[in-house]
Amino acid sequence: MRYLPLTESDRRAMLDVIGAKSVDELFRDVPQSARLAGPLPLPAHQGEMEVERAFTRMAGKNLSAGCAPFFIGAGVYRHHIPAAVDQLLLRGEFLTAYTPYQPEVSQGTLQMLFEFQSQVATITGMDVANASMYDGATATAEAAIMACRITKRGKVIVSGGLHPHYAETVETSLRYTEMEAEILPPDPLGMEDMIGRVDGKTACVIVQNPGFFGTVRDLRPLAALCHEAGALLVVMVAEPTSLGLIESPGAMGADIVVAEGQSLGMGMNFGGPGLGLFATREKYLRQMPGRLAGQTVDVDGRRGWVLTLSTREQHIRREKATSNICTNSGLCALAFSIHLTMLGGTGFGRLAELNHLAATRLEQKLKAVTGLRVLPQSYYNEFAVHLGDDADAAAVVDALADKGILAGVPASRFYPTWPELKPVLILAATETNTEDDMDKLVAALKEVV
Amino acid sequence: MSEPMTISGNRALLIEEKLIFELDNPGSVAIDLPEPAPFDLERLGDAPRRGRVALPDLSEPQVVRHYTRLSQKNYGIDSGFYPLGSCTMKHNPRLSEKVARLPGLADLHPLQPQKTVQGALEVIDSLAHWLKELTGMPAVAMSPAAGAHGEWCGLMAIRSAHEDKGESHRRRVLVPESAHGTNPASAAMCGYSVDPIPALENGRVDVAALKAKLGPDVAALMLTNPNTCGLFETEIIEIAAAVHGAGAYFYCDGANFNAIVGRVKIADLGIDTMHINLHKTFATPHGGGGPGAGPTVLSAALAPYAPVPYVVHGAGGLEMVEGKRAGAKPFGRVKGFHGQFGVFIRALAYIMSMGSDGLRQASSDAVLNANYLLASLKDDLSASFDGPCMHEALFDDRFLKDTGVTTLDFAKAMIDEGYHPMTMYFPLVVHGALLMEPTETESKDTLDQFIAVVRGLAAKAKAGAAEDFKAAPRLTPRRRLDETLAARSPVLRWKPAAE
Amino acid sequence: MSSKRFTKDHEWIDVEGDIGTVGISDYAQHALGDVVFVEVPEAGREIAKGAEAAVVESVKAASEVYSPVSGTVTAGNAAIVDQPGLVNEAAEGAAWFFKLKLANPAELNDLMDQAAYDAYLKTLE
Repeated sequence: MRYLPLTESDRRAMLDVIGAKSVDELFRDVPQSARLAGPLPLPAHQGEMEVERAFTRMAGKNLSAGCAPFFIGAGVYRHHIPAAVDQLLLRGEFLTAYTPYQPEVSQGTLQMLFEFQSQVATITGMDVANASMYDGATATAEAAIMACRITKRGKVIVSGGLHPHYAETVETSLRYTEMEAEILPPDPLGMEDMIGRVDGKTACVIVQNPGFFGTVRDLRPLAALCHEAGALLVVMVAEPTSLGLIESPGAMGADIVVAEGQSLGMGMNFGGPGLGLFATREKYLRQMPGRLAGQTVDVDGRRGWVLTLSTREQHIRREKATSNICTNSGLCALAFSIHLTMLGGTGFGRLAELNHLAATRLEQKLKAVTGLRVLPQSYYNEFAVHLGDDADAAAVVDALADKGILAGVPASRFYPTWPELKPVLILAATETNTEDDMDKLVAALKEVV
Repeated sequence: MSEPMTISGNRALLIEEKLIFELDNPGSVAIDLPEPAPFDLERLGDAPRRGRVALPDLSEPQVVRHYTRLSQKNYGIDSGFYPLGSCTMKHNPRLSEKVARLPGLADLHPLQPQKTVQGALEVIDSLAHWLKELTGMPAVAMSPAAGAHGEWCGLMAIRSAHEDKGESHRRRVLVPESAHGTNPASAAMCGYSVDPIPALENGRVDVAALKAKLGPDVAALMLTNPNTCGLFETEIIEIAAAVHGAGAYFYCDGANFNAIVGRVKIADLGIDTMHINLHKTFATPHGGGGPGAGPTVLSAALAPYAPVPYVVHGAGGLEMVEGKRAGAKPFGRVKGFHGQFGVFIRALAYIMSMGSDGLRQASSDAVLNANYLLASLKDDLSASFDGPCMHEALFDDRFLKDTGVTTLDFAKAMIDEGYHPMTMYFPLVVHGALLMEPTETESKDTLDQFIAVVRGLAAKAKAGAAEDFKAAPRLTPRRRLDETLAARSPVLRWKPAAE
Repeated sequence: MSSKRFTKDHEWIDVEGDIGTVGISDYAQHALGDVVFVEVPEAGREIAKGAEAAVVESVKAASEVYSPVSGTVTAGNAAIVDQPGLVNEAAEGAAWFFKLKLANPAELNDLMDQAAYDAYLKTLE
């Protein structure tokens, strides 16, 4: 078998050294009743060609985004990823390394993480960022828990503009704790008002910007409202390319910024793995979950990097740790970091403009569809549309898929019990969408709606 | 022979590399984006527009060279032997990388209409099928993102089952002292208190102490098996019976499942739930710390509480269930979307390549390699327990007594010899632990060379070469780093000198 | 002869009048290694005997400092917050953690004197 170097003669020689007659003997601590006599009745090993053929077959059963006019967002965005990103992360020294616990042989990963933390802190407008979490949803849940720890309060207010999967993840994470999530109803118009909701029991308010239905907000009034009540403002950014055009959450007063980093460097991969970004103010540093790379010097006085402030983490603090997280999204952080390095300050701003331009272009073209209206007053590269009172957005999406067009996500997929959301469709446009894509979408919508 | 000094500070293939921020060359581009047309419509609302973000500008050649140089300061499994106990650093097949990049799998959105992603659902369903068959368990929650996330998922299912039975008073979880730190941390996140169980002289859980701690307020036992000493818990069936007898559930930390795949079905041990680290047992890349994946198998009693989403076989094909459904009582959702799909593809490609026979051979060879290390080194180092061990061999620092050399020094000396060190100081139940896990993907020749080097180092330590060990490593891009400085005065991001 | 009294968790307390000064023992700082972070309680906080009062961390270990007696904190030592390394240099002197006004001086009787603590340390070797 191609991944197993030992030959039968190696095995016999090794058993002789061990002083055992067979490998079975090495398993003698396993209770007899639980030992399997031979391989399970499942398919036997296969060569590369056969396995590749099986995956090619499964891949062929999908309609991939590159083969269709594509307008889906809702937390995962399709962007062009420069070829160098994937080539570089495939270098075995990155791909096949473990967590950098031995810093002398891990300076590559550690320097990369330090650069990643610096990039994340810069784009979010915060003081410090960690070396990543699993994804945006879990990062949001961790932010809620951290806010409760800092404020010693238990109420978490979740905006109706937060991605519903994230809201569910927050609610699940708090379920069996002293903390509690108050989840506000879906907010397709972006009209939600927190005044009167934030009080002395509120640990934090969690908002997404741009919101799940598209709305872009000035967060400064909300930050002031939270801070006046002694609560924290947690801002979730599902589309980090927006930070090239919209003022950073940090500059608008956020205390914790979390984000899904998938947009940069990573493909969509059917939704996983993601990349949780997590940034905060320096004063909350020791309450932060997750790994941190920090700068130091070696015994010769040369600059280098180590994992630091580990006493927050589970391997030292155990049940008192800030989180149970261990494995994070190291390779995804590398992909994100390379892509952002390639964009640079110039490209990051330009990419954001191209995205906003694509979405505004789409809005203009959609005016040709009778009865369709754009719901949010403001947006970045994504907005919810209403297809008319009797329309069923899910059926429209389904019909368009049959025409080879992937036309956004019906809101009912997330909110099946909200009839007023049945006609609502969430559409995204990025720099990858051509004029031709948009024309095809509009033409198909005109036919179906 | 002393190291030559160079003018540049570079050492041949090891080239000093600045931070990207220090390489900033304003105006350089690495991506040619079109010039955006002026906005004739702007919809950014009342949010302030942002000026140029302070990120460095580099060209593609600079970027490629930067990350190539960084990679050369890293040690991976591709570089050499990486016997990092408990972490399972086995070869990562490249076929897995190739198939994960097929556009028909990689370029899919999780919210496409389900009829357009039947092949992707088949990947998830096929992997789930293998995991259920290999463990003998009836259900698996596929969405947990990593091992610790799977622990939490399993405990959430346990807590939900207790709540459902009106037994919300069960709030204590028993965890052996030798457990990974994630176990108590995950328990705490479910609102549980943690009660440690001591280990016996033979490295196994003290079953009498465990039984004494069982009671009507105990929700679960969390046990790693094979345990963190690399030993199979011989009394596990009796332990399971006692736990169930007390009305509690049995959580198994599956971090070491790679030792027994294809040789033991964990359902036969009385386990109710276990996470599986796909990045350990099923050879997906560790990537410098992730991404992982932690699918969590569940017994029939816990299956109804599995989190959303999950795949079922429906009338029109495979179906991803994302909400409530008759008969199911999902405890909620653990992350965005459907789980670590990219990791699933790689794990499934590995499993299909190995097959039922190959997976069994892999665990057999992993255990054989570990026992070969144990037998070969037990007279030179100090083995903590008599063999046989499972997939990893545990030594402690008795052999270094009075040498002035610590486990840490010994590890750093191994680096100069071209090896990634074993796990140090874990598990905590022995003094100065050295935990070696060779995995099945190492050849006898590699092990023989390693054994010779470790024997040589042990002899050198005993011969009084402490100063050499204290000075190690000498040949790495950086020598020992000042962790105290890093923690006392944290510098966690680059800042321009002017600030 | 030192007037300090010790706990089994390696805190010490030195009482003058009704004010006690609390720190960690030299043995404790040595066991922790280089101290990198310290958190001390604010004045005015009421602490029960045995309750978590402060935190001390090295690179690889974190430990709570428990109050040897009940009382009201009158001061935390800002100097060790700024310079945690002082704990390694003067654990039983200038690197005290906090001072508190004793609520129940009789609790001191439960603690070890220097000789008893030294004997206790011998049992840990």
